[in-house]
Amino acid sequence: MADAIAKRHGPDMSAAVKDALLSGLIALGLFGPLVGLRTEQNMRNELVVQGRWGLLASVIGVIVVGRFLLLTLVWPAMAARKERAGPASETPSAVRQAVSRWFAPTSLVFLFLYPVIIVSLLGFQGSLKWVDNFGIQILIYVMLGWGLNIVVGLAGLLDLGYVAFYAVGAYSYALLSSHFGLSFWILLPMAGIFAALWGILLGFPVLRLRGDYLAIVTLAFGEIIRLVLINWRELTNGSSGISSIPKITLFGIKFDASPDGFAKIMDLPISSAYYKIFLYYLILLLALLTAFVTIRLRKLPVGRAWEALREDEIACRSLGINTTNTKLTAFALGAMFAGFAGSFFAARQGFVSPESFTFMESAIIVAIVVLGGMGSMVGVALAAVAMIGGTELLRELAFLKTIFGDNFNPDQFRMLIFGLAMVGIMIWKPRGFVSSREPTIFLAERKTISGSLVKEGHG
Amino acid sequence: MEVFLQQLINGITLGSIYGLIAIGYTMVFGIIGMVNFAHGDVFMTSAFIALIFLLVLTTVLGMSSMILALIIVMVIAMVLTSLMSWAIERVAYRPLRGSFRLAPLISAIGMSIVLSNFVQVAQGPRNKPIPPMLSGGIEVMNSNNFAVTLSYKQILIWVVTAVLLAGFWYLVQKTSLGRAQRACEQDRKMAALLGVNVDRTISLTFVMGAALAAVAGTLFLAYYGVVNFSDGFVPGVKAFTAAVLGGIGSLPGAVIGGLLIGLIETFWSGYFSIDYKDVAAFSILAIVLIFMPQGLLGRPEVEKV
Repeated sequence: MADAIAKRHGPDMSAAVKDALLSGLIALGLFGPLVGLRTEQNMRNELVVQGRWGLLASVIGVIVVGRFLLLTLVWPAMAARKERAGPASETPSAVRQAVSRWFAPTSLVFLFLYPVIIVSLLGFQGSLKWVDNFGIQILIYVMLGWGLNIVVGLAGLLDLGYVAFYAVGAYSYALLSSHFGLSFWILLPMAGIFAALWGILLGFPVLRLRGDYLAIVTLAFGEIIRLVLINWRELTNGSSGISSIPKITLFGIKFDASPDGFAKIMDLPISSAYYKIFLYYLILLLALLTAFVTIRLRKLPVGRAWEALREDEIACRSLGINTTNTKLTAFALGAMFAGFAGSFFAARQGFVSPESFTFMESAIIVAIVVLGGMGSMVGVALAAVAMIGGTELLRELAFLKTIFGDNFNPDQFRMLIFGLAMVGIMIWKPRGFVSSREPTIFLAERKTISGSLVKEGHG
Repeated sequence: MEVFLQQLINGITLGSIYGLIAIGYTMVFGIIGMVNFAHGDVFMTSAFIALIFLLVLTTVLGMSSMILALIIVMVIAMVLTSLMSWAIERVAYRPLRGSFRLAPLISAIGMSIVLSNFVQVAQGPRNKPIPPMLSGGIEVMNSNNFAVTLSYKQILIWVVTAVLLAGFWYLVQKTSLGRAQRACEQDRKMAALLGVNVDRTISLTFVMGAALAAVAGTLFLAYYGVVNFSDGFVPGVKAFTAAVLGGIGSLPGAVIGGLLIGLIETFWSGYFSIDYKDVAAFSILAIVLIFMPQGLLGRPEVEKV
């Protein structure tokens, strides 16, 4: 009845006004003290409160107006569109299928050409930022996302302490290269093996756990490893970290200004861009290795066992699958790729400290996997680009200073927006960006199915 | 003996704070089976709200009675934190109810990031110290030049915690709201069929958890005299540990678990190493979950095919 009236006369204006004012009142309660009154230390180190009523008024104003527009314009428009579109089908349309088929090869070509494009557009010096902050940074997270995808997306084991294995890889490289002078190419597989061993070691006790409990225990393990790194000062130098970690060499050629360095041998002007571009291709290859191994493993018995485990653990066990081995291989392989990524991270930064391996990092990686659509490789990569690239872009918004004044620092909103995006994307698309899946096994005909038909696992 | 007694007093104080936070975790987990990751940051935000109103009362309005100011601040913090938790549940969790299992967890992690970074942006990243208040205490024992003291702040924390828990116990056991809550915990669909407003009950669960977290936040501020935007995570995880240790879903379990975690932490830092006190807490979490997932007072989870 009420719906029918609303349809004929458009949205109910007076109710919308009331609702908007009510949300303004709630916003006053939520933001009043925290935004309106800022605590600052004065010259005598005493805390005093300063009123920021203008800011508070504008925040509340935005909320009231936003709520009003949502109620009167956005939601009715969305409801009308939904009505016209009719019920959504379980199988995506043909256009979507074509896009999803061609998206991966196209973006792969683009990724290989990316440094070339950037260098030809901006020159070697101008390319530094785009290759390093965007290219390498995003690809590290793509690789971590793909690695964790094995554990969370395929085997259905929620791991909130994944960053621990990343830390193991990073510290293995940092310690072994600075104490024993071993090269990156020897330590890369070693870091992977160490991380995989830790994966098995931490995987053993949690085999019986499932669901949220597993998530919390892995979180605890991640934190324990970080706290040990902070407190075991003799080995890890505590929270000040390990610095001047050796760089990576290419067949013994160093990327520096020395006579036998890369620039001199190739007869090029000296620039740090070559090293960055080299690192870019290295992490790209490592990430692709992760993807390749994952895709191949899905076709092997162990990969099938992971997915079976995710769908139904009890059925899995009753069909004779060894769930212990299945879980441990998932943990070990996921951890191994984190170890690779960690040693790359240590070599790229030249510095590691426990600060880089907080729970926040684990949360970001899990968020990337879930937001991308668990189990979907393309989705995870897209989520990494959107979340990491998007927050990196915020560093570039210096022009906002001209609008909001010099004290305005867009960088500090980075994680705030990241968190809001996490909540927003979950509400908008609980199944992640890519909500369709390609089943590994099919009867007669391969067709893409909706992500909501895939279980997320209990363990 | 003196050290032991002093650590016992400190441990019970710390444990009371953990217990108050743990109730929020255990109730929400009991009713909708979700780990409310943002609860630790709700606690931290409530400490900030308390800080701001304490400063307004003492420096701007010139209130001189510290106890009265603290009580007023606690009530304001309870109200505003409840409102915040209600809004969070409404915006970030309710749309995801009935969705797949990981969605609310990710949303909660996102909300936790939002809260801590919001406070950082709004109030600045530095530590916020307040002048010491309610100093002094009772000397319980004095021998070998080691005075065991029970400070007034500790007495305040004990009394407030005991009174609130008693009131809360009455609310859950004797009122219709508590009955509705326990009904939803057992079977949400059946409760809805019998006329319990499930959405409202779940909202109220979040509100009650947040109110107790706000008390914990105010007491935390009064006890330590300093608060920082990153103070939510570690107490949050420890309180969750307490909830798990006591048996998640069980209210007395949460309080007992909180006291145990507080005692273990203070004894560990008193007798072993203060550096590894968080490692001890996290290890207990792992060990309890692995060997005794149902906790001290919880019911074992039976899986049906």
